[in-house]
Amino acid sequence: MEMPLFRHNRPDRPVTFEEYRAEGGFRALQKALTGMSPAEVQQTVMDSGLRGRGGAGFPTGRKWSFVPRDLPGPRWLICNCDEMEPGTYKDRVLLEHNPYSLVEGMALASYALGVRHAFIFIRKGYEKAAANLKRAIAEAHEAGLLGERMLGSDVSIDIDLHLSAGRYICGEETALINALEGKRPNPRQKPPFPAVKGLWNGPTVVNNAETLANVPAIVANGAAWYKGLALTAEGAGTKLFCVSGAVANRVCVELPIGTTLGEIIEGPCGGMREAKKFKACIPGGASTQFLTAGHLNVQMDYETVAKAGSRLGSGGIIVFQEGTCLVAATLNMITFFARESCGWCTPCREGLPFVREILRRIEDGAGEERDLELLREHIKYLSYSFCALAPGAMAPLEGLLTHFEDEVREHILKRRCPFR
Amino acid sequence: MIPDELRKTLEGRVAAAITAREAAVDVMKELQAHYGWLTDEAVGEAAGLLGLSALQVDELATFYEMIYRRPVGRKVIHVCDSISCWTACCEELMAHLKAKLGVEPGGTSADGMFTLIPCCCMGMCGDSPAMSVGGTPYGNVTPELADAILERERR
Repeated sequence: MEMPLFRHNRPDRPVTFEEYRAEGGFRALQKALTGMSPAEVQQTVMDSGLRGRGGAGFPTGRKWSFVPRDLPGPRWLICNCDEMEPGTYKDRVLLEHNPYSLVEGMALASYALGVRHAFIFIRKGYEKAAANLKRAIAEAHEAGLLGERMLGSDVSIDIDLHLSAGRYICGEETALINALEGKRPNPRQKPPFPAVKGLWNGPTVVNNAETLANVPAIVANGAAWYKGLALTAEGAGTKLFCVSGAVANRVCVELPIGTTLGEIIEGPCGGMREAKKFKACIPGGASTQFLTAGHLNVQMDYETVAKAGSRLGSGGIIVFQEGTCLVAATLNMITFFARESCGWCTPCREGLPFVREILRRIEDGAGEERDLELLREHIKYLSYSFCALAPGAMAPLEGLLTHFEDEVREHILKRRCPFR
Repeated sequence: MIPDELRKTLEGRVAAAITAREAAVDVMKELQAHYGWLTDEAVGEAAGLLGLSALQVDELATFYEMIYRRPVGRKVIHVCDSISCWTACCEELMAHLKAKLGVEPGGTSADGMFTLIPCCCMGMCGDSPAMSVGGTPYGNVTPELADAILERERR
């Protein structure tokens, strides 16, 4: 199986600069700088069908195409490596094994977009990944692959690292831009979108680390090759799936887009922990809806998971076994979101703690039938929030009410958690 | 007052930034490492270095999870309580640490060594439950392993 992302990985240490180059690394950058126009690089990424791997799944080439080319002043590229979506650790694994694909991908994206200066925004706690990136950037500079007049061309690109200090909302692209500018990281009003008015009010593209790390292989091997890696007709490429929870092996693996949920759990994860029965999972980080045992045949691609009522999201799969209380699990996730709300807008700041209290009283056996209606109303009210945090937070709750309403009702009728 | 050497380092960091305040998080982190937590004096120093008011610095300082605006112990223990760690019994780990250190979340052990704080997803979901002590991450932490880690970190 072809792995554009993990093919350079060594089992127990990061790949070295020499090894990466010997295996064809930075040849895509050379190919682009010597034989492709920026527009051709962008078109290749557009044709490849690459979609954002951070969670929203927006087509990457299209995102790039929104950047106006005729505005005066600098344009910016930011790699979003503020990986804080509960259940998601793929970017950390990627960068702890190989920082070079991201550096090369950022150089290619910067070339396509006409960016002189790019940033990597990396979360607190990812110091190992940050150290790898720092080293990789220095090595690329040394080899003339970054900095002034790269590979003898007239193209110059620099990459800077920004190490954050924790807070989930910094991963929201406009909050991230504020954070990078040294402002309080509340999200900004959209529109204007960052592509037009982002970092220091200049045109800005924010892409996830996994997304950008795919670009070298796409440019090297072509759009058709990348598209052909997927197992679905409409899909493209591979995806990093990082699995946690009640499976035998909690692994981060690169698999073709379109691999089924069941294949991931039965294959690399080695089935369920202690041979327990699968009850449900969150397929793409905490802001996606539950999938059930009836969904094990769902192909993990954007459209197919959406059709099943959830989202592919970040690829962070959290597995729950039979006997786990999903009211308690949802309460845990809502507690996270309530704490991480930046407090900027009322529906999120006030709504999330209210939803948390309703779920807590249901879990504690003090819920009433009308609480179900209250929860449903709040799914609607919280969609009126300023950014995507609160609607994302409502996803597991909506999944709970769609697939496990009987379990919620049982708490209310028995006046206790049936699993305790 | 901060040592001249630290001041020079921080001034260099600010000068290298595209706009001064872009360096705010780095400056706060360095000052926190010097003082142990981000004291009022540190906020004032940061404001001077960044060309901001103390209020503007506080607006940032109070936002970030890993900037401490209150005194903490020599090392801060962050215990992840997000969903993957929840499936791996992080609640029991937290209860164990509370009893062991004799503190509630947010509290500092009587010897001033450790402050215990829950934190959001550390990105170690494959090695849950996870915690960090003084910035060093630890995975698959059982109560027994937690005891051994604290023993080692105490030195």
